Formats: sequence, C-alpha cells, structure tokens
Amino acid sequence: MKVLSEDRTRKLFEKLTKYIGVNVKLLIDRPDGTYCFREKKDRVYYISERLLQLAQTVKPDHLISAGTCFGKFTKTNKFRLHITALTYIAPYAPYKIWVKPSAEQQFLYGHHVIKSGLGRITENVPKHQGVVINTMSDIPIGFGVVARSTTECRHADPLATIAFHQADIGEYIRSEDTLV
Amino acid sequence: MGRKAKFDETKKVKKGPGRKARKQGDPVFKKGLIDHDKEEKQLSHRQKQRAARRAKKKKEVIDKRKALKEAKKNVAKQQEKEIVEDSEDTSEDENVNGFTDDNKEWLTLKKKDKKKLSENQPDSDSEDEEEVEEDEENASEEESDADDDQVSAKPVKEQYKVGKLDDLFEDSDDNDDGGNDQESEDDPKTNKMTYDSDSSEQSEGDSEGDDKDDDKLPIEKANIKLKRKQKLDKKLADEELQLNIAKQDVFAFPSEEELQNPTNLQEIHQRIKDVVTVLGDFSRLKEQTRSRCEYTELLHKDLCTYYSYNEFLMEVLMQLFPVQELVEFLEASEVARPLTIRTNSLKTRRRDLAQALINRGVNLDPVGKWSKVGLVVYSSTVPIGATPEYLAGHYILQGASSYLPVMALAPQENERILDMCAAPGGKASHIAAIMKNTGALFANDANKERTKAIVGNFHRLGVVNAIVCNYDGREFPEVIKGFDRVLVDAPCTGTGVIAKDPSVKTTKDQKDVQRCFNLQRQLLLAAIDCCNAKSSTGGYIVYSTCSILPEENEWVINYALKRRNVKLVPTGLDFGTEGFVKYRHHRFHPSLKLTRRFYPHTHNMDGFFVAKLKKFSNVIPEPVKDEDDEEEKEGNEVKQNGDATTEEQLKPSNTSVKRPAESTKVEPVNKKSKPNSAESSKVPKVSNENSPKSNKKRNKKNKNKNKTADNTQTSEATKQDETETNKTKVVNTQQKKVKENKNANAKIVPVVNETKKEENIAKANVGNNSSPKKKKNKNKKKNKKPALPNATTAKVINQSEAKITDKVQIAAAKKLKNKMKKKQKKVGQLKEKKANNIGDKTKNKKTFKKNKMKSN
Repeated sequence: MKVLSEDRTRKLFEKLTKYIGVNVKLLIDRPDGTYCFREKKDRVYYISERLLQLAQTVKPDHLISAGTCFGKFTKTNKFRLHITALTYIAPYAPYKIWVKPSAEQQFLYGHHVIKSGLGRITENVPKHQGVVINTMSDIPIGFGVVARSTTECRHADPLATIAFHQADIGEYIRSEDTLV
Repeated sequence: MGRKAKFDETKKVKKGPGRKARKQGDPVFKKGLIDHDKEEKQLSHRQKQRAARRAKKKKEVIDKRKALKEAKKNVAKQQEKEIVEDSEDTSEDENVNGFTDDNKEWLTLKKKDKKKLSENQPDSDSEDEEEVEEDEENASEEESDADDDQVSAKPVKEQYKVGKLDDLFEDSDDNDDGGNDQESEDDPKTNKMTYDSDSSEQSEGDSEGDDKDDDKLPIEKANIKLKRKQKLDKKLADEELQLNIAKQDVFAFPSEEELQNPTNLQEIHQRIKDVVTVLGDFSRLKEQTRSRCEYTELLHKDLCTYYSYNEFLMEVLMQLFPVQELVEFLEASEVARPLTIRTNSLKTRRRDLAQALINRGVNLDPVGKWSKVGLVVYSSTVPIGATPEYLAGHYILQGASSYLPVMALAPQENERILDMCAAPGGKASHIAAIMKNTGALFANDANKERTKAIVGNFHRLGVVNAIVCNYDGREFPEVIKGFDRVLVDAPCTGTGVIAKDPSVKTTKDQKDVQRCFNLQRQLLLAAIDCCNAKSSTGGYIVYSTCSILPEENEWVINYALKRRNVKLVPTGLDFGTEGFVKYRHHRFHPSLKLTRRFYPHTHNMDGFFVAKLKKFSNVIPEPVKDEDDEEEKEGNEVKQNGDATTEEQLKPSNTSVKRPAESTKVEPVNKKSKPNSAESSKVPKVSNENSPKSNKKRNKKNKNKNKTADNTQTSEATKQDETETNKTKVVNTQQKKVKENKNANAKIVPVVNETKKEENIAKANVGNNSSPKKKKNKNKKKNKKPALPNATTAKVINQSEAKITDKVQIAAAKKLKNKMKKKQKKVGQLKEKKANNIGDKTKNKKTFKKNKMKSN
C-alpha cells in the first residue's frame, strides 16, 4: 500500500472525471471520514484512512485487498477502470444509458450497446463521454463510452453502436481471477 | 442409439415412435396387487363432482327419512295411511329419485369403496381380473340392480329408470365404465356365490325375503344391506390385519451365503428396514440365538453397501444417532437441500429482490421466520447464479445453515471483526451487511486461490469496509489482535454436507478427523487470542463447522474451555438441538448444552454446529507456549500408563471453573524446571500454592537437575539416551513408592493426591496434541517402548523428559525425600523390573488398540 505518484494520481483523476465529472470531489471530501487512494501492485484501492491504518498491520505479501479496488495501471502506464469501481461511480455519474431487458444479457456478455437495445439515454450526452449503463429497473450493470451524442442517436441505424463496452458486471463471473 | 434389435421374436417391436405409440395401454395387475393400490388413487374431477352430488342427495334422503319416521309414528300403523304414505313416498321419489337415493346413500357411506370401484373399472379389462372386494361392491350394486328388477315389477318404475340413469351418469366420462357396468351386471350372482359363502346366501335369502315382503320400505332394505356389508368389511379388515401382523414378526437372519452374495440393493434396503424394526423392539422380535451385536453388525454392513459409506464413517454415525434416526439422516444426506439465497441488505431489500426475481420467472419464498434476509428458491426458469440482480450484488447463493453462525455472532456497527476462515466470503459479507459497511472487517483465508473468491464477492456485494488477507489462521494473533468479535468457520470433514459433496462418504477416515480437529483446536485458540475480552460491545467468538462429529465440535470447544479464559454463552438461535454433554466415553463441560447442532433430517438444512464463546479475560491461563508442548508430552506419557478411559474420569474435574487452580499447580513446576527461561517470568503473579520451605528444597533439587540437564546436552546423543532411561526409571520407581506409601502411610496421602492431580492434568491434555508438535510426540512414543531408546532422539525430548521427571520428582520429594533416599538402593532394582513390565503391558495395550483401529 503506497501513495500514488503525482503522475498516476493525475491519470487516475482524469479517468474518473470522464465518468463522474466534478463529482470526483465527493469521493475525497466525505462526511464519514477521510478516504484516500493507495496503490498496491499497480492496483489502485480506495480506502478510508481508518481502515488503511489497520490494513498496514498486515504484511504486504499477505494482503490481498483492502477497501475497494478502482482499477489498475497497465504496463503502458495508463489507468484502466475496473468494474469493481462501479459501486462508487454509479451514484455519481451524470450521464447514463438504460438498456432494454432484451439487450441486458447481450451487454453482460461483453457486447456493445446498439441502438435497438437502447431504452433511454440522458439528454445532451456529448460524444465520447463516459457513461454508466443501467437496466430499465435502474440497476447499474456496467460502464462504457458513448459512440454518438444523444442527438445523433435519434437518427441512428438500429444496428449502430451507441456505447462502447468497457466493463460490465458479468466480469464477476467471467473473469473472477483477474478481477483484482 | 439406433433402433432396438429384434432379439426377442415373441415381442413385437413397434415401428416408429408415432404419437399413439407413446400412449401405453392400461396396466394389467395381478389379483393380489390391486386392492392395495386402489386406495391411493385420487378422484378425477368428474368423480369429485359426482361424489359431491351424491353427498348432497344423501343428505336429502336422510332428511326425508327423518321426516318419514316422524310421520310414521304419528300415523301409527294404519294400513290405509301406509298406502297413502307409500304413494307419497313414490311421489316423493319421483321428485327426488327416492330409490336410487337409497342406493346412493350406502354407496356414499362406503365412499372409498365406491371410489375404488369406479376407478378400478377402467383398469380391469376382463371379469376375471376383478378383485374379490371389488366384486363385493359390484355385487352389492348388482343386488341393488336386482332389487331394482324386482321392484320394477312394482309400480315404481321411475325408480328403476332413475337408477339406471344414475349409473349411466356416473360412468358418463369414460366408455369403459359403461361396458364394465354391463359386464358386472352380468356376473353378480356368480360373484356372490364365490366370495362370501355365508353372508351372500343370507343376502340372497334376504333379497328373496325382500321379494316376499315387499311392503318393507326401500330404506329399510337398504339398511339391512348396509349392515351386512359393514360386517363383511370388518371381517375382511381383521383378516388383513392379522396377515400383516404375521408378516411383521418374521425376520429371518440371513445366512452366510446370503450375506456373501447380495443379490440386489432392493433386498438390502428391505433388510435394513427389517433390522431397524427388530432393533426397535429387540426383546420381542429378535431371534433367540442372535445377539444385538450381530444385528447391529449386519445393519452396519448393509448401510455401508446401500449408502456406499466407508466403514469408519458409518460406525461413527451409528454411534452418533439412534438407529431409526440414522436411517433418516442417511436418507436426508442423499437429497440435496433446497437452494437458498441471501439478500444483500447493503443494496436492496428482500421484498424488492423477491419481486424482481419473480418477474424473471423464479419461484421463491422467505426461508422462515428466523431470518429476514433468506429466500428459498423452489424453481427457476433462469440460472439463478447469473441473473443481472445476482451480478449486481443484490443477493448471494448461500445455504440456510450459513446464516446461523453470523446470526449467533450478532455483529454490531463500528466493531472490528475477524472472519478467520472466510472463503468464499458468504458469511463475511453477511457480517459486513449487518454492520452496514461500518467498522472494519478482516476476512482471512489460508488458501490464496480462494481469497480471490472473497475479493470478487465483496466487490460484487459492495462491501467496502473489508481487508482481505491470506494468513494461516493459527498465525493470526501475531498479526493483529484486539477484535471485538471473531468468527471461526473451521475447515472440517464436511459430514454435515454429504448431500453437497458425496465424496465425504468414502474418503474420510480416522486420520482425517484427527487432522481436522487438531487444526480446529489451534484455530479456535488463535481466534480466542485474537479477541479482546475488554471490548465494550463484544468479546465474543463464534465457532462453527459443517460437520456433525462431536470430535470436531464439542470436543474442540471443551478443549478451548480448558485452555483459555472463555465461557459458553447462548447462541441466540432459538432452534436446533443442544450440543452433547456426554458422548460415548467423553464427558464434556455441562455448559456445552448451550451450543447448537443442526441436522439435515430434522431442520432441512446442512448439518451444522454453532457455539458462541465469551472471553472474560485476556490472560492466557498457561504461562508460556512451551508449556503446551510439555503438557502434551506428559499427557502422552501418562496415556501409556492409563487408557483412554482415564480421560473420562478426569474430564469433569477439569472444567473451566477449576482452571485457575490447575494453572497454579502447573506453573510453579514449570518455573522450577526452567528457572533460566525468560518466558516463565511473563506470568509472575500467579499465586504460588507451595510453601517457601518446599521451594527451597526444590531449588536445591533443581540445581542438581539443571546440572544434569546441562551435562546431557553437552554429552553425546547415545549418552543422553542412556541417562534419560535411567532418569525415567528413577521416576518410575519414585512413582511406585508413592503408591506404596499411599497404602502404608496415611500421612502421605495428600501429597500423593497432589501428584496424582498433576498427572491428571497431564492426562487430560493427552488428546490435545497439536499437529506441529505431533512429530515430537511420535518420537517420544518410539522412545517409550521399553527397550533402549533410539539414538535418533532429539534434544527436545530429553529436555521435556527432564522436566517431566522433575515434576514427578518434586511432587514425590515433598515429604518422601528421606524415605526415598533410604529405599532407593534397595528397591530400585526391583522397581526397574516392575516398571519395565508395566511398560510392556502398556505397549501391548497400545498395539492391540492399533490393531483394532486397523481392523475397523
């Protein structure tokens, strides 16, 4: 558990802002104690300071995870957000997409969201904006990046991709081992 | 694969699967079979309707009859009036189908029989196949028909017609019935002749009588018939009952040949049932020449083959359950428990989840009043472990029994809690959910691969207050202590979840069990050490296993009660059976009643054990860890002298209540034996029983001892061994003397008692050897075998032996010092021999035991 370097912190926050915008602040300033980001084996964990202190009693070799894993830095030093961050991203995300029940399964198997599966979309989503993808019953099931803005979506072809798949909760089953 | 070859010429293999080919013809039953099967059949819809109508009519008839009787009384035998009444009757009959109603009435009274009749009819294709009883019914019906015929001569034609109509109506749903009825109409007289020789004739006569005095009311006729029938039925029933009784009490013990060549499982199953009944009422049902032992052995063998258990496990289970319950348990262990899920209260509520899942085509129900988060899934059209709700972490698949330890733990918000054996994180996430993501939760598991499952589940379920780590649970007290609550769901043999993993049946043996409970004891002690007794809210430890063996449950708890400052508290679970206080030769602490056991056959959940402990002091009773080893070794030594049965005698005296006294007794000895060790100083304030005088004496002795010990350490290995043997011999002689003195000298008795107590303590710990220490113990045993000790003995053993000798010596030395000095030379040689002899005996006993184990 070490403190993130300047560069990595910047990358992390850039990525987070892409999905939750200015709400990033809310992740840092919380009423229930201070939270911080820590890095372990290139994985970034979001953890309360109180818990962090306890976690430091555990030897690094034996520590598997603490708090919530947000994602990892790749070998090329880019930050990739994991599905495990959904718990914190979903409530703060300003832009959302809802998919129809028929398209839920498709998305959960790692496919993009296509126009025919699109149930609803937030107004004024700019192109290439990070979005959280929900079912029609408001269960967040993953996140992605929109391929077209909301206005473009209206006139899109039924098979056209609306949002690119980035992570979905199906990964909890598909790739449990590589999750963290 | 492919068509079936036509090997059997006689049987014609149908070509093609055609739709009609699938419909099988009505089965043909032998005479003997039918009447038993009949009763189980259910009424078809129409039959039910008919029955309802019949009942209604019957009611009407009864009312009418009452009215009639009253009317009769009033009129008082006036012929004319009777005639008038008759006409009234007929007129009434016209309205309400009087005669058939009568008919109806006695049919409905015999509802069951009627049922049988109507249902059996389609089955029986020919008259021959009709059953005796059935015939009777038919006959009676026929009788009525005949009556109808007879009556038909009379002016009441409608009755006849209506009766017929009714019959037709009854059989209107299937054609066969009609045909049958006709058939049965044909054969009434022959049938009658065949079956009830006495009554049928009577009935014939009666019916003739009826013919004669036709002025009898139809109701009366019916009544007579009814009575006759009841008599007959009763007679038949009695016969049947007697038959059954006759069948019951004959169970022939199978011969050797039969046992060696079992024909089929069905037979074995039958035999199991029989033996169980025999054992249930042994004195009456046994064969005179057979003992109970033989029956149980037979049962054991049969159960092993039928349920495919290995002999060890079956024997253990037989010791655990009474026979009847055992069979129930085994049956329940064959069937999987219902699938249950636990709502993740961090993300959703049970009602919402249930609604969402019902919308997906899942059929579910709350698991019971005792849980607010559990749901039982009966059936599902979608895979329950891959719905979006599951992936979003709204629930987790978890057996109902797994809720129990967490409920017993009753975690509070803002506590620090440890789950020592957490994978795959079901219980741990439950804890986090109850804590509402506050406080801190340590989820530990020894297996690194399985910790991934914890991580996955925690993230899916949105648990954010958790630290997942990978330690051996036994080392955990060295990592971090001071938890408010600790949950130990210890690894076990899994004898409670045989339904889940049938391999348990065949793979587990004594060694596995031993390995398990050794580990469990260490884990439990570690868990207790991790817990903080001074916690304002907690200080609780919950121990649970999915095994039902007392070795892994009560015994482990009992061990912990002796070793740590803990006591049992109620688990807070209002169901489940109490833990054992005594099991075979074991006598556990009476408070073990507070633990809870759950069985698959009584609670319909996996076999489980839950115990809740409260830690009341952070002081560890034993002064140092080395003490453990020592005690255990001593225990082993003592065990050679005494049998396992000694434990039984000792257990009650070694309860937790008396622990402090024990420790005080043990500690001073330890101090003496290792005056140099720094560890002993850790617990300096334990009260010292012994007077300063004796201390001085002992110090002297110990100095000597230490010198000798030093010498032995420096000298060569062989020499060490020799000195060791000498020492032990000396010890033996001393012990002997003590015993002698006991007999001879009344004064010395208290001392002897004390030494004995010490031995007892050691004995009590016999079974408590932990696995890492096992090696040493093994070596020890080798050494102890009477001849010269092996050259391979390690220093450790020497030391420990030295300690032991010290102990005994000190104890003996207290007041016998002088006497010993005098006698030692004289008696020494003799005693040596005796001691050796004793050693041989114990050895023999041991080998005998081992052999027994093997044979088992």
